[in-house]
Amino acid sequence: MLELKRSLDAKGHCLLEMPTGTGKTIALLSLITSYVLSKPHNPVKLLYCTRTVHEMEKTLAELKLLHTYQTTHLGDRAKILAVGLSSRKNLCVNPRVLAAENRDSVDASCRRLTASWVRAAAAANPNVPTCEFFEEYEKAGSSAVLPPGVYTLQDLRVYGKEKGWCPYFLARHMVQFANVVVYSYQYLLDPKVAGIISKEMQRESVVVFDEAHNIDNVCIEALSVSVRRQTLEGARRNLNKMRQEIEKFKATDAGRLRAEYNRLVEGLAQRGNLSISDTWLSNPALPDDILKEAVPGNIRRAEHFLHVLRRLVQYLEGRLETDNVEKEGPVAFVSSLNTYAGIDQKTLKFCYDRLHSLMLTLEITDTDEFLHVQTICDFATLVGTYTRGFSIIIEPFDERMPHIPDPVLQLSCHDASLAIKPVFDRFQSVVITSGTLSPIDLYPRLLNFHPVVSRSFKMSLTRDCICPMVLTRGSDQLPVSTKFDMRSDLGVVRNYGRLLVEMASIVPDGIVCFFVSYSYMDGIVNSWNDNGILKEIMQHKLVFIETQDVVETTLALDNYRKACDCGRGAIFFSVARGKVAEGIDFDRHYGRLVIMFGVPFQYTLSKILLARLEYLRDTFQIKEGDFLTFDALRQAAQCVGRVIRSKADYGMMIFADKRYSRHDKRSKLPGWILSHLRDAHLNLSTDMALHIAREFLRKMAQPYDKAGSSSSKTLLSQEDVEKMSDANLNEMLY
Amino acid sequence: MATAHVIKRAKYKTTAKGSGTPGVLKMTENRIAFKPNDPTSAAKIDVEFRSIKGHKNTKEGSNNPPLLNLSLDQGGSYIFEFEAFSDLHVCREFVANALAKSGEAAKVKSREAVIATSDRSAVTYSDEQLSTAEMELRIKLLRENSELQKLHKQFVLGNILTESEFWATRKKLLDGDSGRKSKQLVGFKSSMILDTRPQTDGRTNKVTFNLTPEIKYQIFALKPAVQQAFLNLVPSKMTERDFWTKYFRAEYLHSKKNAVEAAAEAAEDEELAIFLKDDDILASEARRKIQRVDPTLDMEADQGDDYMHLPDHGIFRDGSKDTTESQHEQYKRTFLQDLNRQGEVVLEGRTIDVELDDPMSVAEALARSRRESGGNTKEERIDRISRMTEMEDLQAPYDHPFAPLCIKDPRDYFDSQQVNALKIADDTRAGAEQLRCSLSTEEAYSFLRGSVSEIKATGLCAPIVRPEVALTVLNGLTQNISSTKYQLGKNVQESILDRMPLTTKEELLHHWISIQELLRHFWSSYPITTSYLYAKVSRLKDAMSKIYPQLEELKDSVPSDLRHQVFLLVRPMHQALDAAFQHYESDMQKRSAKSGEKPNGYI
Repeated sequence: MLELKRSLDAKGHCLLEMPTGTGKTIALLSLITSYVLSKPHNPVKLLYCTRTVHEMEKTLAELKLLHTYQTTHLGDRAKILAVGLSSRKNLCVNPRVLAAENRDSVDASCRRLTASWVRAAAAANPNVPTCEFFEEYEKAGSSAVLPPGVYTLQDLRVYGKEKGWCPYFLARHMVQFANVVVYSYQYLLDPKVAGIISKEMQRESVVVFDEAHNIDNVCIEALSVSVRRQTLEGARRNLNKMRQEIEKFKATDAGRLRAEYNRLVEGLAQRGNLSISDTWLSNPALPDDILKEAVPGNIRRAEHFLHVLRRLVQYLEGRLETDNVEKEGPVAFVSSLNTYAGIDQKTLKFCYDRLHSLMLTLEITDTDEFLHVQTICDFATLVGTYTRGFSIIIEPFDERMPHIPDPVLQLSCHDASLAIKPVFDRFQSVVITSGTLSPIDLYPRLLNFHPVVSRSFKMSLTRDCICPMVLTRGSDQLPVSTKFDMRSDLGVVRNYGRLLVEMASIVPDGIVCFFVSYSYMDGIVNSWNDNGILKEIMQHKLVFIETQDVVETTLALDNYRKACDCGRGAIFFSVARGKVAEGIDFDRHYGRLVIMFGVPFQYTLSKILLARLEYLRDTFQIKEGDFLTFDALRQAAQCVGRVIRSKADYGMMIFADKRYSRHDKRSKLPGWILSHLRDAHLNLSTDMALHIAREFLRKMAQPYDKAGSSSSKTLLSQEDVEKMSDANLNEMLY
Repeated sequence: MATAHVIKRAKYKTTAKGSGTPGVLKMTENRIAFKPNDPTSAAKIDVEFRSIKGHKNTKEGSNNPPLLNLSLDQGGSYIFEFEAFSDLHVCREFVANALAKSGEAAKVKSREAVIATSDRSAVTYSDEQLSTAEMELRIKLLRENSELQKLHKQFVLGNILTESEFWATRKKLLDGDSGRKSKQLVGFKSSMILDTRPQTDGRTNKVTFNLTPEIKYQIFALKPAVQQAFLNLVPSKMTERDFWTKYFRAEYLHSKKNAVEAAAEAAEDEELAIFLKDDDILASEARRKIQRVDPTLDMEADQGDDYMHLPDHGIFRDGSKDTTESQHEQYKRTFLQDLNRQGEVVLEGRTIDVELDDPMSVAEALARSRRESGGNTKEERIDRISRMTEMEDLQAPYDHPFAPLCIKDPRDYFDSQQVNALKIADDTRAGAEQLRCSLSTEEAYSFLRGSVSEIKATGLCAPIVRPEVALTVLNGLTQNISSTKYQLGKNVQESILDRMPLTTKEELLHHWISIQELLRHFWSSYPITTSYLYAKVSRLKDAMSKIYPQLEELKDSVPSDLRHQVFLLVRPMHQALDAAFQHYESDMQKRSAKSGEKPNGYI
């Protein structure tokens, strides 16, 4: 709290590592909102970024509790407006639009009903369908505002339905006025989205990135594009379609194309002020890097632009026809593009905006159909804009399946600081927090910023409610590991299986298992099935598995919780770096034990990873090995950290790999785990781990005093706090 | 049975309000007869108890006269008005007993007859009534539970307790059983998809599947598409045998994990394709279910916000994601998906309650139950999210909804638990319990004497106990511990009771249960306010004192090596009985002291 206040005062950035379950969300929210209240003349806006939608909902729900507390104690002064912002898919209330399958088609079908030309057409012809919610919202005009309060996505939908206003556009509108905005990382980091949503945010804002241990990967992904054969084929189809449209327009409405041309001459890539419903994903490059110049002459005309794109697609197709892995920098790529296809860097840079403008002119509403050509333009713009920090890698096939040709051209970003730089520059305070930010000195280097405060906090626990263990040997005393040469060893597979069987028989309720990758999980589950271990496991608990299908995984998780709720108990198999590991809590009885099978290193033969490591070494002087270990251990810590959420909770963590016993690996775990890792638990075999687990569970099941004993209070009541502050005052006085 | 017949003066009435015909009611073990005072009157009754299906009576203390209503099998009823409530009680007990007996007899003869009777027409003018249904329920309970039957026979028919007293303490049993329909169904096994393993014949290339109705049901439950196909195809297009053959052919193709081959075969055979393709029904169900899923784990919503993973954006091939796309994707169902599905089905439990012999009816029933499911759970969603946001250590403990545990024979369960507990206790506390009781007095005495004399002789020196003696004591103690442990550890099921002869064990258990029953009634009748309770208590006391010597007898009858154990078991029974007797005595003294003054004053 103190550290946070300090960095707010200094208007600087800070980096805080706080263990899960210490209430970091509520602490951040309450401090920042109170800070705002204490300085009424200088209202600070809070932008709270979460990784996932459900975390967004959770944050808003907590804020709601806080808000009711503040308003009852402080009166109307404390009233704030807090909104959550998500995509149309999560906010739309129009049943016709919601029927669409995925996010992009929801977006497209919304545009089909709300685009300005559609509405213009509807005004002339009442048979053209429009969205009644959007119409109502427009009709209400400036009076369409949200009264102060805290709105979760659910609340927004309910409110929108009640009023007949479109919740999505209402929220988009209210974001400018709200005191607290909760949204996803990408709305701030990904320039495509941030360009339209976050550009109006004032400088006097505090930005919080929660669960930010993966923030460098998010930044990198935000600026990476990959092109595959399917993309190019799709882009070709898109271009043909656009040509037809242009022909049609030429015949009917040539004036429109001419108007666009004139605008482009004047250097306006975008039409002056677009109506809110016409915007879509903006330029993939960062706002500061976009030139405010006239669009180059060779792409001002629609048909010329199409020709350029066509040449680009052809060139890319040619590049994909390769038998070897190729790697080059953006500069080399652009120059060869210039030589072979006659497209210069400046033209490339404008591709995205030019396409955007063209699509608006052509009044294309089926944006989901045109994703491929957008991808190509994204690629072109990024390649044209950046000269360093990127590399282009062409792979003819997947390393692990060399017999299946699947060429892919990837433009991958290596420098996480690129995407986050504008955020650090624009906002006065940026708070990066997570349960696992160890080693905490690495993040400022990766993200290239200078925090005012960087601290790692420990947890005060009423009792030793976490029990980390490092298991290095199976019950037959042979080492277990997922090292590449050992992972397919039947002995290791069996030892891992026995460990799980034994644990399933003594641990109540839920057990979560993390594997290093999907393919490894698939393999090990199948071999457990073959040698009967799976059946033994299932005699104790039901088994649920994370798959690559999100819907299926969500349902599996739901069933897992049900099984834990009804007392049957279950095991969830998941993957480190997967979606579950990142966003789902396995607190309380949903996870009494988490087993991390192996060390989740990245796939080290990946060309992209190698390129990134090289870049990190050259620019930030970070050793490859260090980075890999750091990355693996933060993933492992993230996985096992899911198990505990509060002081009343308890859980065990087993790191099942002999490599964890080495000091260089282990020491990269966050402090709050290390402080509970006893030396005796560093080199265990299955039977010893079982014994410790039994003892631990028995100890934890005993009733205890929640507030802690008098000497070391861990849960302070209001009186305690008052007493403490009195004591502090006295100390200061004398 | 104390009285084989009852004769009372009573008025016979056809309605509750009428004046009625005075006369004499005579009840024998299986007949009931009423002779009016006026021999010319038509109100003469002589029926067997068998034709009476229920009885009710007015309550003491109410304004109504003491009435007893006997309802008849064929409809209609006899109403008798007694002169006093005591008469009524006596008659009611008698009728109840007789009815129970005749009911039991009737049950054996013809079940239907009893079931057919219903007493909706019964007039209700008192709280304490006993419908046939209830009666039947009691009889059923008695028949199902031999222990209860024994108790009933001993006490009710032995006239120690009345019928209503006996059942009053078992209200729960009666209530609970009214919901007999919701009897727990046996759920699925957790590992059910692994059950359908074929038997291979080593010499030929043939595999044989043994399909039980149970397995068929499981397959239907797991795969709605198969069930749908079964309804569509069998028997119109193929025989059941062919159907299953094809099904397992498809399963075999799956297990080979060769999507291309599966696709090729599916192209040739459209029925086979049904099994190989993705399950449409499941997919639509998934779409429906995702709407109700807990918002704190709704990862599908995240996709909506994820502009990073537009097709072809972000990092595509860094090794963390596996690319498994192919045009044959629909033929590629993984084992992992199957596992998830089976978990879901196991959790849902058995949704239908039909005989499993006919796969057709099973399939139909499943289809029906699928259609029925569904409902609005929006509030639940909101409730869940608020629960997830609270911090657990700052909240009052949350009461989880629970289902009552249903164990078929609790004794089995707790006995084995006890052994386990003992074992664990041994492990941790090194058998502190046993330490206390395992040293015989003589030994201890001799050691004590020895050491005392030694101290006398040599004076108090540093080692108070001689090392040799200490060793002997320790050996003696540990040997006992280890032997107990050894005996207990040998067999999990074993308890002290199991080591006794069967008759002794049963006798002990029976005594214990009957004592419990008697004590329960005994203590519940205090404080004694009515003479009726007084009579009951004395009856109970007599019965208890009868058990007392029986216990002694039992103790003597067992072989000497077990006597100690039996003694330990019997002791708490004795103590409980003693406490009851003591209370009875002191209460009696108080009473006599109080009532004693009065006669003194009168004399």
